[in-house]
Amino acid sequence: MALDLPHGADIVGRLRPAVPGTARGRREVAGLDALETTAVPGPSIARRAWAAMWPKALAIAIVLAAWEAVVWSGWRPQYVLPPPSAVLERLRAELGTPELWGAVLTTLRRAVWAFGLAMAIGITVGMLVSRFRVLRTAIGSLIMGLQTMPSIAWFPLAILLFRLSEEAITFVVVLGAAPSVANGLIHGVDHIPPVLTRVGRVLGARGLAAYRYVILPAALPSFMGGLKQGWAFAWRSLMAGELIVVIANRTSLGQLLQVNRELADSQGMLAIMLVILMIGVVLDSLVFGTIERGIRRRRGLLAT
Amino acid sequence: MSGALALSAPEQAPVLRPAVRVTSLTKVFGSGRTAVTALDDISLTVGQGELVCILGASGCGKSTLLNLVAGLERPTRGSVECAGQPSFMFQEAALFPWLSVERNVELPLRLRHVPGAARRARVAELLDLVQLGSFARRQPHELSGGMRQRVALARALAHEAEVLLMDEPFGALDAMTRDILHDELERIWLATGRTILFVTHNVREAARLGDRIVLLTSRPGRVAETFPVDITRPRRIEDADVAALARRVTASLREEVARHGA
Repeated sequence: MALDLPHGADIVGRLRPAVPGTARGRREVAGLDALETTAVPGPSIARRAWAAMWPKALAIAIVLAAWEAVVWSGWRPQYVLPPPSAVLERLRAELGTPELWGAVLTTLRRAVWAFGLAMAIGITVGMLVSRFRVLRTAIGSLIMGLQTMPSIAWFPLAILLFRLSEEAITFVVVLGAAPSVANGLIHGVDHIPPVLTRVGRVLGARGLAAYRYVILPAALPSFMGGLKQGWAFAWRSLMAGELIVVIANRTSLGQLLQVNRELADSQGMLAIMLVILMIGVVLDSLVFGTIERGIRRRRGLLAT
Repeated sequence: MSGALALSAPEQAPVLRPAVRVTSLTKVFGSGRTAVTALDDISLTVGQGELVCILGASGCGKSTLLNLVAGLERPTRGSVECAGQPSFMFQEAALFPWLSVERNVELPLRLRHVPGAARRARVAELLDLVQLGSFARRQPHELSGGMRQRVALARALAHEAEVLLMDEPFGALDAMTRDILHDELERIWLATGRTILFVTHNVREAARLGDRIVLLTSRPGRVAETFPVDITRPRRIEDADVAALARRVTASLREEVARHGA
Protein backbone atom coordinates (compact mmCIF):
# COMPACT_ATOMS: atom_id res chain seq x y z
CA MET A 1 0.00 0.00 0.00
CA ALA A 2 1.46 3.30 -1.06
CA LEU A 3 0.89 5.39 2.02
CA ASP A 4 3.40 8.03 1.11
CA LEU A 5 1.72 9.36 -2.01
CA PRO A 6 2.20 13.06 -2.50
CA HIS A 7 -1.17 14.51 -1.63
CA GLY A 8 -1.29 17.31 -4.16
CA ALA A 9 -0.93 20.95 -3.31
CA ASP A 10 -3.10 21.87 -0.36
CA ILE A 11 -3.93 25.43 0.60
CA VAL A 12 -0.71 25.87 2.49
CA GLY A 13 1.21 24.41 -0.42
CA ARG A 14 -0.24 26.94 -2.79
CA LEU A 15 0.50 29.91 -0.63
CA ARG A 16 3.98 28.77 0.13
CA PRO A 17 5.84 26.63 -2.45
CA ALA A 18 6.49 23.21 -0.94
CA VAL A 19 9.95 22.95 0.55
CA PRO A 20 11.27 19.44 1.12
CA GLY A 21 11.36 18.79 4.86
CA THR A 22 8.82 21.41 5.83
CA ALA A 23 7.78 21.05 9.46
CA ARG A 24 5.30 18.19 9.65
CA GLY A 25 3.14 20.02 12.14
CA ARG A 26 2.60 22.90 9.74
CA ARG A 27 1.45 20.54 7.02
CA GLU A 28 -0.91 18.73 9.38
CA VAL A 29 -2.68 21.84 10.56
CA ALA A 30 -3.69 23.24 7.24
CA GLY A 31 -6.18 25.87 6.19
CA LEU A 32 -8.70 27.14 8.69
CA ASP A 33 -7.76 24.31 11.03
CA ALA A 34 -4.77 26.37 12.01
CA LEU A 35 -7.01 29.14 13.22
CA GLU A 36 -9.19 26.85 15.29
CA THR A 37 -6.54 25.15 17.38
CA THR A 38 -4.86 27.57 19.69
CA ALA A 39 -3.23 26.39 22.88
CA VAL A 40 -3.96 28.70 25.78
CA PRO A 41 -1.43 28.34 28.62
CA GLY A 42 -3.13 27.73 31.99
CA PRO A 43 -2.58 29.95 35.03
CA SER A 44 0.03 28.99 37.64
CA ILE A 45 -0.80 26.57 40.48
CA ALA A 46 -0.53 29.23 43.19
CA ARG A 47 -2.91 31.49 41.34
CA ARG A 48 -5.38 28.65 40.79
CA ALA A 49 -5.22 27.62 44.47
CA TRP A 50 -5.84 31.20 45.54
CA ALA A 51 -8.74 31.51 43.10
CA ALA A 52 -10.25 28.32 44.52
CA MET A 53 -9.62 29.22 48.18
CA TRP A 54 -10.62 32.81 48.74
CA PRO A 55 -14.35 32.51 47.98
CA LYS A 56 -14.57 29.53 50.34
CA ALA A 57 -12.65 31.32 53.09
CA LEU A 58 -14.85 34.39 52.72
CA ALA A 59 -18.05 32.31 52.87
CA ILE A 60 -16.87 30.57 56.06
CA ALA A 61 -15.97 33.92 57.62
CA ILE A 62 -19.43 35.30 56.85
CA VAL A 63 -21.16 32.27 58.39
CA LEU A 64 -19.02 32.47 61.54
CA ALA A 65 -19.70 36.20 61.84
CA ALA A 66 -23.45 35.65 61.53
CA TRP A 67 -23.32 32.91 64.14
CA GLU A 68 -21.33 35.14 66.49
CA ALA A 69 -23.85 37.96 65.94
CA VAL A 70 -26.77 35.70 66.86
CA VAL A 71 -24.98 34.64 70.06
CA TRP A 72 -24.22 38.28 70.97
CA SER A 73 -27.84 39.25 70.45
CA GLY A 74 -28.67 37.08 73.45
CA TRP A 75 -31.45 35.24 71.62
CA ARG A 76 -30.56 32.02 73.48
CA PRO A 77 -28.35 31.55 76.54
CA GLN A 78 -24.75 30.56 75.76
CA TYR A 79 -25.05 27.09 77.32
CA VAL A 80 -27.64 26.32 74.60
CA LEU A 81 -26.04 28.17 71.69
CA PRO A 82 -22.33 28.65 72.35
CA PRO A 83 -20.27 31.12 70.26
CA PRO A 84 -18.13 29.76 67.39
CA SER A 85 -14.93 30.55 69.25
CA ALA A 86 -15.88 28.20 72.11
CA VAL A 87 -17.03 25.47 69.70
CA LEU A 88 -13.83 25.68 67.66
CA GLU A 89 -11.78 25.52 70.85
CA ARG A 90 -13.76 22.44 71.92
CA LEU A 91 -13.32 20.91 68.47
CA ARG A 92 -9.55 21.38 68.74
CA ALA A 93 -9.59 19.60 72.10
CA GLU A 94 -11.81 16.77 70.82
CA LEU A 95 -9.55 16.22 67.83
CA GLY A 96 -6.81 15.33 70.29
CA THR A 97 -8.79 12.46 71.83
CA PRO A 98 -8.71 8.88 70.53
CA GLU A 99 -12.45 8.60 71.22
CA LEU A 100 -13.35 11.00 68.41
CA TRP A 101 -11.01 9.36 65.91
CA GLY A 102 -12.40 5.95 66.83
CA ALA A 103 -15.91 7.26 66.19
CA VAL A 104 -14.88 8.77 62.85
CA LEU A 105 -13.32 5.47 61.84
CA THR A 106 -16.41 3.45 62.80
CA THR A 107 -18.71 5.79 60.93
CA LEU A 108 -16.52 5.97 57.83
CA ARG A 109 -16.13 2.21 57.74
CA ARG A 110 -19.90 1.79 57.82
CA ALA A 111 -20.33 4.47 55.17
CA VAL A 112 -17.82 2.96 52.77
CA TRP A 113 -19.14 -0.57 53.18
CA ALA A 114 -22.80 0.38 52.77
CA PHE A 115 -22.12 2.77 49.90
CA GLY A 116 -20.07 0.13 48.11
CA LEU A 117 -22.96 -2.29 48.45
CA ALA A 118 -25.41 0.38 47.25
CA MET A 119 -23.19 1.01 44.21
CA ALA A 120 -23.06 -2.68 43.30
CA ILE A 121 -26.84 -3.02 43.59
CA GLY A 122 -27.55 0.31 41.90
CA ILE A 123 -25.29 -0.39 38.93
CA THR A 124 -26.72 -3.88 38.41
CA VAL A 125 -30.32 -2.68 38.60
CA GLY A 126 -29.56 0.40 36.48
CA MET A 127 -27.95 -1.65 33.73
CA LEU A 128 -30.80 -4.15 33.64
CA VAL A 129 -33.48 -1.45 33.60
CA SER A 130 -31.75 0.55 30.86
CA ARG A 131 -31.31 -2.62 28.81
CA PHE A 132 -34.75 -4.25 29.07
CA ARG A 133 -37.83 -2.23 28.25
CA VAL A 134 -40.06 -4.57 30.23
CA LEU A 135 -38.05 -3.99 33.40
CA ARG A 136 -38.21 -0.26 32.89
CA THR A 137 -41.98 -0.34 32.60
CA ALA A 138 -42.16 -2.60 35.63
CA ILE A 139 -39.84 -0.88 38.10
CA GLY A 140 -38.64 2.37 36.49
CA SER A 141 -41.08 4.56 38.37
CA LEU A 142 -40.67 2.48 41.52
CA ILE A 143 -36.97 3.36 41.59
CA MET A 144 -37.89 7.00 41.16
CA GLY A 145 -40.33 6.69 44.08
CA LEU A 146 -37.79 4.96 46.30
CA GLN A 147 -35.43 7.84 45.67
CA THR A 148 -37.92 10.32 47.14
CA MET A 149 -38.72 8.15 50.17
CA PRO A 150 -37.06 9.60 53.29
CA SER A 151 -34.69 6.91 54.43
CA ILE A 152 -35.52 7.45 58.09
CA ALA A 153 -38.95 6.01 57.29
CA TRP A 154 -37.25 2.66 56.76
CA PHE A 155 -35.83 2.46 60.28
CA PRO A 156 -38.84 1.01 62.08
CA LEU A 157 -38.91 -1.84 59.58
CA ALA A 158 -35.12 -2.22 59.66
CA ILE A 159 -35.13 -2.49 63.46
CA LEU A 160 -37.90 -5.09 63.38
CA LEU A 161 -36.03 -7.08 60.74
CA PHE A 162 -32.48 -6.81 62.06
CA ARG A 163 -32.91 -5.49 65.65
CA LEU A 164 -30.46 -2.81 66.79
CA SER A 165 -27.54 -4.03 64.71
CA GLU A 166 -25.05 -3.08 62.00
CA GLU A 167 -27.29 -4.81 59.48
CA ALA A 168 -30.16 -2.47 60.29
CA ILE A 169 -27.96 0.54 59.54
CA THR A 170 -26.56 -0.99 56.37
CA PHE A 171 -30.06 -1.89 55.20
CA VAL A 172 -31.28 1.69 55.50
CA VAL A 173 -28.15 3.27 54.01
CA VAL A 174 -28.29 0.96 51.00
CA LEU A 175 -31.97 1.70 50.47
CA GLY A 176 -31.19 5.38 50.68
CA ALA A 177 -28.31 5.36 48.20
CA ALA A 178 -28.94 2.57 45.66
CA PRO A 179 -31.95 4.21 43.91
CA SER A 180 -29.91 7.35 43.21
CA VAL A 181 -27.06 5.31 41.79
CA ALA A 182 -29.43 3.29 39.60
CA ASN A 183 -31.28 6.40 38.46
CA GLY A 184 -28.04 8.19 37.59
CA LEU A 185 -27.05 5.29 35.37
CA ILE A 186 -30.49 4.99 33.72
CA HIS A 187 -30.61 8.72 33.13
CA GLY A 188 -27.08 8.66 31.71
CA VAL A 189 -27.92 5.86 29.27
CA ASP A 190 -31.14 7.64 28.22
CA HIS A 191 -29.23 10.78 27.33
CA ILE A 192 -26.46 9.30 25.20
CA PRO A 193 -26.46 11.09 21.82
CA PRO A 194 -27.98 8.54 19.39
CA VAL A 195 -25.19 9.14 16.89
CA LEU A 196 -22.67 7.67 19.35
CA THR A 197 -24.60 4.42 19.78
CA ARG A 198 -25.05 4.30 16.02
CA VAL A 199 -21.34 4.74 15.41
CA GLY A 200 -20.68 2.07 18.01
CA ARG A 201 -22.99 -0.31 16.18
CA VAL A 202 -21.44 0.46 12.80
CA LEU A 203 -17.94 -0.11 14.21
CA GLY A 204 -19.03 -3.52 15.46
CA ALA A 205 -19.81 -2.94 19.14
CA ARG A 206 -22.65 -5.28 20.05
CA GLY A 207 -23.99 -6.80 23.25
CA LEU A 208 -21.62 -6.57 26.21
CA ALA A 209 -18.90 -4.93 24.11
CA ALA A 210 -21.31 -2.09 23.31
CA TYR A 211 -21.81 -1.60 27.06
CA ARG A 212 -18.15 -1.69 27.86
CA TYR A 213 -16.85 0.52 25.08
CA VAL A 214 -19.72 2.84 24.25
CA ILE A 215 -22.75 2.92 26.54
CA LEU A 216 -21.15 2.97 29.99
CA PRO A 217 -18.43 5.51 29.15
CA ALA A 218 -20.96 7.70 27.37
CA ALA A 219 -23.25 7.58 30.41
CA LEU A 220 -20.44 8.33 32.86
CA PRO A 221 -21.03 12.07 33.46
CA SER A 222 -24.68 11.55 34.45
CA PHE A 223 -23.73 8.46 36.37
CA MET A 224 -21.24 10.50 38.44
CA GLY A 225 -24.12 12.82 39.31
CA GLY A 226 -26.08 9.80 40.53
CA LEU A 227 -23.11 8.57 42.57
CA LYS A 228 -22.72 11.96 44.22
CA GLN A 229 -26.36 12.14 45.12
CA GLY A 230 -26.25 8.53 46.28
CA TRP A 231 -23.33 9.35 48.54
CA ALA A 232 -25.18 12.35 50.00
CA PHE A 233 -28.22 10.17 50.75
CA ALA A 234 -26.00 7.44 52.20
CA TRP A 235 -24.26 9.89 54.52
CA ARG A 236 -27.58 11.35 55.69
CA SER A 237 -29.16 7.95 56.24
CA LEU A 238 -26.08 6.82 58.14
CA MET A 239 -26.29 9.78 60.53
CA ALA A 240 -30.00 9.13 61.10
CA GLY A 241 -29.20 5.50 61.69
CA GLU A 242 -26.45 6.18 64.17
CA LEU A 243 -28.72 8.45 66.18
CA ILE A 244 -31.35 5.75 66.42
CA VAL A 245 -29.46 2.47 66.39
CA VAL A 246 -27.01 2.60 69.25
CA ILE A 247 -24.69 -0.36 69.45
CA ALA A 248 -22.87 -0.92 72.72
CA ASN A 249 -19.08 -0.53 72.84
CA ARG A 250 -18.93 0.87 69.31
CA THR A 251 -18.79 4.66 69.42
CA SER A 252 -19.80 6.40 66.23
CA LEU A 253 -20.24 10.04 65.26
CA GLY A 254 -24.03 9.85 65.47
CA GLN A 255 -23.78 8.25 68.85
CA LEU A 256 -21.43 10.96 70.15
CA LEU A 257 -23.93 13.53 68.95
CA GLN A 258 -26.73 11.79 70.85
CA VAL A 259 -24.65 11.43 74.04
CA ASN A 260 -23.74 15.13 73.96
CA ARG A 261 -27.39 16.05 73.58
CA GLU A 262 -28.35 13.86 76.54
CA LEU A 263 -25.65 15.53 78.63
CA ALA A 264 -26.87 18.95 77.40
CA ASP A 265 -23.30 19.59 76.21
CA SER A 266 -24.08 21.85 73.27
CA GLN A 267 -20.41 22.79 72.70
CA GLY A 268 -19.52 19.14 72.21
CA MET A 269 -22.60 18.59 70.06
CA LEU A 270 -21.78 21.44 67.72
CA ALA A 271 -18.15 20.32 67.54
CA ILE A 272 -19.29 16.85 66.38
CA MET A 273 -21.66 18.47 63.89
CA LEU A 274 -18.73 20.37 62.44
CA VAL A 275 -16.80 17.12 62.09
CA ILE A 276 -19.74 15.52 60.25
CA LEU A 277 -20.04 18.54 57.97
CA MET A 278 -16.33 18.62 57.25
CA ILE A 279 -16.21 14.93 56.34
CA GLY A 280 -19.11 15.51 53.94
CA VAL A 281 -17.45 18.52 52.33
CA VAL A 282 -14.04 16.90 52.06
CA LEU A 283 -15.38 13.70 50.50
CA ASP A 284 -17.58 15.60 48.10
CA SER A 285 -14.95 18.00 46.84
CA LEU A 286 -11.87 15.77 47.08
CA VAL A 287 -13.21 12.43 45.93
CA PHE A 288 -16.25 13.15 43.77
CA GLY A 289 -15.19 16.64 42.73
CA THR A 290 -11.79 15.47 41.54
CA ILE A 291 -13.18 12.53 39.59
CA GLU A 292 -15.92 14.66 38.05
CA ARG A 293 -13.54 17.44 37.05
CA GLY A 294 -11.25 14.85 35.47
CA ILE A 295 -14.12 13.42 33.43
CA ARG A 296 -15.30 16.84 32.31
CA ARG A 297 -11.83 18.10 31.44
CA ARG A 298 -11.19 15.01 29.34
CA ARG A 299 -14.39 15.56 27.36
CA GLY A 300 -13.93 19.30 26.98
CA LEU A 301 -16.93 20.10 29.19
CA LEU A 302 -15.00 22.33 31.55
CA ALA A 303 -15.46 26.06 31.09
CA THR A 304 -12.11 27.79 31.18
CA MET B 1 0.56 7.84 -8.54
CA SER B 2 0.53 5.75 -11.72
CA GLY B 3 -2.22 3.58 -10.31
CA ALA B 4 -4.47 6.60 -10.08
CA LEU B 5 -4.81 7.04 -13.81
CA ALA B 6 -5.96 3.51 -14.40
CA LEU B 7 -8.83 4.03 -11.98
CA SER B 8 -10.08 7.29 -13.41
CA ALA B 9 -12.31 5.91 -16.14
CA PRO B 10 -14.47 3.22 -14.55
CA GLU B 11 -17.19 3.30 -17.22
CA GLN B 12 -14.80 2.25 -19.96
CA ALA B 13 -12.85 -0.12 -17.76
CA PRO B 14 -13.96 -3.75 -17.64
CA VAL B 15 -16.61 -4.03 -14.92
CA LEU B 16 -14.88 -4.81 -11.67
CA ARG B 17 -16.20 -7.28 -9.13
CA PRO B 18 -19.19 -5.48 -7.63
CA ALA B 19 -18.70 -4.38 -4.02
CA VAL B 20 -22.27 -3.18 -3.55
CA ARG B 21 -25.28 -4.38 -5.48
CA VAL B 22 -28.68 -2.87 -4.87
CA THR B 23 -31.52 -4.54 -6.76
CA SER B 24 -35.05 -3.10 -7.14
CA LEU B 25 -34.77 -1.61 -3.69
CA THR B 26 -37.90 -0.04 -2.22
CA LYS B 27 -38.23 1.44 1.24
CA VAL B 28 -41.55 2.56 2.67
CA PHE B 29 -41.78 4.21 6.08
CA GLY B 30 -45.00 3.84 8.03
CA SER B 31 -48.11 2.15 6.67
CA GLY B 32 -51.58 2.89 5.41
CA ARG B 33 -52.41 6.46 4.54
CA THR B 34 -49.36 7.92 6.32
CA ALA B 35 -46.95 5.70 4.42
CA VAL B 36 -44.03 7.52 2.80
CA THR B 37 -42.10 5.88 0.00
CA ALA B 38 -38.52 6.99 0.56
CA LEU B 39 -36.92 4.88 -2.14
CA ASP B 40 -38.68 3.39 -5.14
CA ASP B 41 -37.20 0.57 -7.17
CA ILE B 42 -33.57 1.62 -7.01
CA SER B 43 -30.97 -0.51 -8.73
CA LEU B 44 -27.32 0.34 -8.48
CA THR B 45 -24.06 -1.53 -8.77
CA VAL B 46 -20.82 -0.18 -7.38
CA GLY B 47 -17.65 -1.83 -8.59
CA GLN B 48 -14.79 -2.67 -6.29
CA GLY B 49 -12.57 0.36 -5.74
CA GLU B 50 -15.10 2.71 -7.29
CA LEU B 51 -16.06 6.07 -5.77
CA VAL B 52 -19.72 6.71 -6.51
CA CYS B 53 -21.45 9.91 -5.48
CA ILE B 54 -25.17 9.80 -4.75
CA LEU B 55 -26.55 13.25 -5.42
CA GLY B 56 -29.98 14.61 -4.66
CA ALA B 57 -31.98 17.32 -2.97
CA SER B 58 -32.61 17.17 0.76
CA GLY B 59 -35.10 14.49 1.75
CA CYS B 60 -34.68 12.37 -1.35
CA GLY B 61 -33.73 9.29 0.62
CA LYS B 62 -29.98 9.43 0.11
CA SER B 63 -29.27 8.70 3.75
CA THR B 64 -31.92 5.99 3.79
CA LEU B 65 -30.09 4.30 0.93
CA LEU B 66 -26.85 4.28 2.92
CA ASN B 67 -28.62 3.02 6.04
CA LEU B 68 -30.05 0.15 4.00
CA VAL B 69 -26.64 -0.72 2.57
CA ALA B 70 -25.17 -0.61 6.09
CA GLY B 71 -27.92 -2.90 7.35
CA LEU B 72 -29.12 -0.29 9.85
CA GLU B 73 -32.57 -0.56 8.27
CA ARG B 74 -34.42 -3.33 6.48
CA PRO B 75 -35.64 -2.95 2.90
CA THR B 76 -39.39 -3.12 2.22
CA ARG B 77 -38.76 -4.82 -1.13
CA GLY B 78 -35.72 -5.68 -3.16
CA SER B 79 -32.28 -6.64 -1.94
CA VAL B 80 -28.95 -5.21 -0.91
CA GLU B 81 -25.71 -7.08 -1.27
CA CYS B 82 -22.51 -5.70 0.14
CA ALA B 83 -18.99 -7.08 0.35
CA GLY B 84 -18.80 -7.50 4.11
CA GLN B 85 -20.09 -5.17 6.80
CA PRO B 86 -19.43 -1.66 5.46
CA SER B 87 -17.88 1.14 7.43
CA PHE B 88 -19.81 4.38 7.91
CA MET B 89 -18.94 8.05 8.25
CA PHE B 90 -21.55 10.66 9.20
CA GLN B 91 -21.92 14.38 8.83
CA GLU B 92 -20.89 14.70 12.48
CA ALA B 93 -17.52 13.21 13.29
CA ALA B 94 -19.19 11.51 16.28
CA LEU B 95 -15.86 10.77 17.92
CA PHE B 96 -16.11 9.29 21.39
CA PRO B 97 -15.33 12.30 23.58
CA TRP B 98 -13.88 10.21 26.41
CA LEU B 99 -11.23 8.64 24.18
CA SER B 100 -8.11 10.28 22.82
CA VAL B 101 -7.63 10.52 19.07
CA GLU B 102 -5.57 7.34 18.93
CA ARG B 103 -8.00 5.43 21.15
CA ASN B 104 -10.88 6.45 18.92
CA VAL B 105 -9.07 5.07 15.90
CA GLU B 106 -8.09 1.99 17.88
CA LEU B 107 -11.61 1.07 18.98
CA PRO B 108 -12.71 -0.82 15.84
CA LEU B 109 -9.49 -2.85 16.05
CA ARG B 110 -10.10 -3.55 19.72
CA LEU B 111 -13.63 -4.69 18.93
CA ARG B 112 -12.20 -7.19 16.45
CA HIS B 113 -9.71 -8.43 19.07
CA VAL B 114 -6.63 -7.39 17.11
CA PRO B 115 -3.60 -7.96 19.39
CA GLY B 116 -2.05 -4.91 21.08
CA ALA B 117 1.17 -4.49 19.09
CA ALA B 118 -0.58 -4.86 15.74
CA ARG B 119 -3.24 -2.43 16.94
CA ARG B 120 -0.75 0.27 17.84
CA ALA B 121 1.12 -0.11 14.57
CA ARG B 122 -2.08 0.12 12.54
CA VAL B 123 -3.28 3.19 14.47
CA ALA B 124 0.02 4.97 13.86
CA GLU B 125 -0.19 4.09 10.19
CA LEU B 126 -3.76 5.37 9.85
CA LEU B 127 -3.06 8.60 11.73
CA ASP B 128 -0.12 9.24 9.41
CA LEU B 129 -2.41 8.56 6.48
CA VAL B 130 -4.82 11.30 7.58
CA GLN B 131 -1.82 13.43 8.61
CA LEU B 132 -2.67 13.67 12.27
CA GLY B 133 0.27 11.68 13.63
CA SER B 134 1.29 14.35 16.10
CA PHE B 135 -2.26 14.71 17.46
CA ALA B 136 -2.55 11.07 18.58
CA ARG B 137 -2.81 11.89 22.29
CA ARG B 138 -5.16 14.84 22.00
CA GLN B 139 -8.81 14.65 23.01
CA PRO B 140 -11.40 15.21 20.27
CA HIS B 141 -12.59 18.52 21.75
CA GLU B 142 -9.12 19.96 21.23
CA LEU B 143 -9.36 19.51 17.47
CA SER B 144 -11.01 21.63 14.79
CA GLY B 145 -14.01 20.36 12.83
CA GLY B 146 -11.90 19.36 9.84
CA MET B 147 -9.41 17.49 11.98
CA ARG B 148 -12.22 15.66 13.75
CA GLN B 149 -13.57 14.50 10.40
CA ARG B 150 -10.10 13.26 9.49
CA VAL B 151 -9.99 11.26 12.73
CA ALA B 152 -13.45 9.89 11.91
CA LEU B 153 -12.11 8.87 8.50
CA ALA B 154 -9.14 7.12 10.10
CA ARG B 155 -11.51 5.35 12.49
CA ALA B 156 -13.74 4.28 9.60
CA LEU B 157 -10.68 2.95 7.76
CA ALA B 158 -9.57 1.06 10.89
CA HIS B 159 -12.75 -0.93 10.52
CA GLU B 160 -10.98 -2.62 7.57
CA ALA B 161 -14.23 -2.80 5.67
CA GLU B 162 -14.04 -3.06 1.92
CA VAL B 163 -16.88 -0.59 1.49
CA LEU B 164 -16.94 2.87 3.05
CA LEU B 165 -20.27 4.69 3.23
CA MET B 166 -20.06 8.45 3.66
CA ASP B 167 -23.17 10.45 4.50
CA GLU B 168 -22.41 14.10 3.70
CA PRO B 169 -19.21 13.83 5.72
CA PHE B 170 -17.98 17.32 4.86
CA GLY B 171 -21.39 19.00 4.90
CA ALA B 172 -20.80 20.85 8.14
CA LEU B 173 -17.34 22.18 7.30
CA ASP B 174 -16.31 25.55 5.89
CA ALA B 175 -15.50 25.64 2.18
CA MET B 176 -11.75 25.86 2.58
CA THR B 177 -11.50 22.96 4.99
CA ARG B 178 -13.83 20.95 2.77
CA ASP B 179 -11.59 21.66 -0.19
CA ILE B 180 -8.58 20.32 1.69
CA LEU B 181 -10.48 17.25 2.82
CA HIS B 182 -11.51 16.51 -0.76
CA ASP B 183 -7.81 16.35 -1.64
CA GLU B 184 -7.19 14.18 1.40
CA LEU B 185 -10.05 11.83 0.65
CA GLU B 186 -8.98 11.42 -2.97
CA ARG B 187 -5.39 10.72 -1.95
CA ILE B 188 -6.46 8.21 0.72
CA TRP B 189 -8.94 6.53 -1.60
CA LEU B 190 -6.24 6.12 -4.26
CA ALA B 191 -3.83 4.81 -1.62
CA THR B 192 -6.19 2.30 -0.02
CA GLY B 193 -8.35 1.20 -2.95
CA ARG B 194 -11.56 1.19 -0.91
CA THR B 195 -14.99 1.28 -2.48
CA ILE B 196 -16.74 4.49 -1.49
CA LEU B 197 -20.41 5.38 -1.66
CA PHE B 198 -20.52 9.10 -1.02
CA VAL B 199 -23.81 10.90 -0.41
CA THR B 200 -23.99 14.65 -0.94
CA HIS B 201 -26.30 17.45 -2.03
CA ASN B 202 -23.36 19.48 -3.28
CA VAL B 203 -23.04 19.12 -7.08
CA ARG B 204 -19.50 20.47 -7.21
CA GLU B 205 -18.42 18.07 -4.52
CA ALA B 206 -19.89 15.15 -6.46
CA ALA B 207 -18.13 16.25 -9.66
CA ARG B 208 -14.89 16.79 -7.76
CA LEU B 209 -14.83 13.36 -6.15
CA GLY B 210 -16.89 10.79 -8.04
CA ASP B 211 -16.07 8.23 -10.67
CA ARG B 212 -19.77 8.30 -11.30
CA ILE B 213 -22.60 10.53 -10.13
CA VAL B 214 -25.98 8.98 -9.49
CA LEU B 215 -28.72 11.60 -9.44
CA LEU B 216 -31.73 10.72 -7.27
CA THR B 217 -35.19 12.23 -7.55
CA SER B 218 -37.17 13.28 -4.51
CA ARG B 219 -40.27 11.62 -3.03
CA PRO B 220 -40.04 8.90 -4.00
CA GLY B 221 -36.30 8.53 -4.50
CA ARG B 222 -35.57 7.04 -7.88
CA VAL B 223 -32.44 7.02 -10.01
CA ALA B 224 -33.00 9.93 -12.41
CA GLU B 225 -29.76 9.85 -14.28
CA THR B 226 -26.21 8.56 -14.03
CA PHE B 227 -23.26 10.67 -15.07
CA PRO B 228 -19.91 9.03 -15.68
CA VAL B 229 -17.11 11.36 -14.60
CA ASP B 230 -14.22 11.12 -17.00
CA ILE B 231 -11.87 13.70 -15.54
CA THR B 232 -8.30 12.76 -14.71
CA ARG B 233 -7.19 12.68 -11.10
CA PRO B 234 -5.98 14.34 -9.02
CA ARG B 235 -8.70 16.92 -9.63
CA ARG B 236 -9.35 20.27 -8.10
CA ILE B 237 -12.74 21.72 -7.35
CA GLU B 238 -12.01 24.77 -9.53
CA ASP B 239 -10.97 22.72 -12.60
CA ALA B 240 -12.83 23.76 -15.75
CA ASP B 241 -13.88 20.15 -16.43
CA VAL B 242 -15.32 19.79 -12.93
CA ALA B 243 -17.21 23.07 -13.32
CA ALA B 244 -18.57 22.07 -16.73
CA LEU B 245 -19.80 18.73 -15.44
CA ALA B 246 -21.31 20.41 -12.39
CA ARG B 247 -23.25 22.72 -14.71
CA ARG B 248 -24.63 19.78 -16.67
CA VAL B 249 -25.63 17.94 -13.53
CA THR B 250 -27.17 21.05 -12.03
CA ALA B 251 -29.30 21.58 -15.16
CA SER B 252 -30.53 18.02 -14.84
CA LEU B 253 -31.18 18.46 -11.13
CA ARG B 254 -33.19 21.65 -11.80
CA GLU B 255 -35.34 19.80 -14.32
CA GLU B 256 -35.99 17.11 -11.74
CA VAL B 257 -36.91 19.61 -9.09
CA ALA B 258 -39.21 21.50 -11.51
CA ARG B 259 -40.92 18.29 -12.57
CA HIS B 260 -41.71 17.35 -9.00
CA GLY B 261 -42.58 20.84 -7.91
CA ALA B 262 -40.43 20.56 -4.81
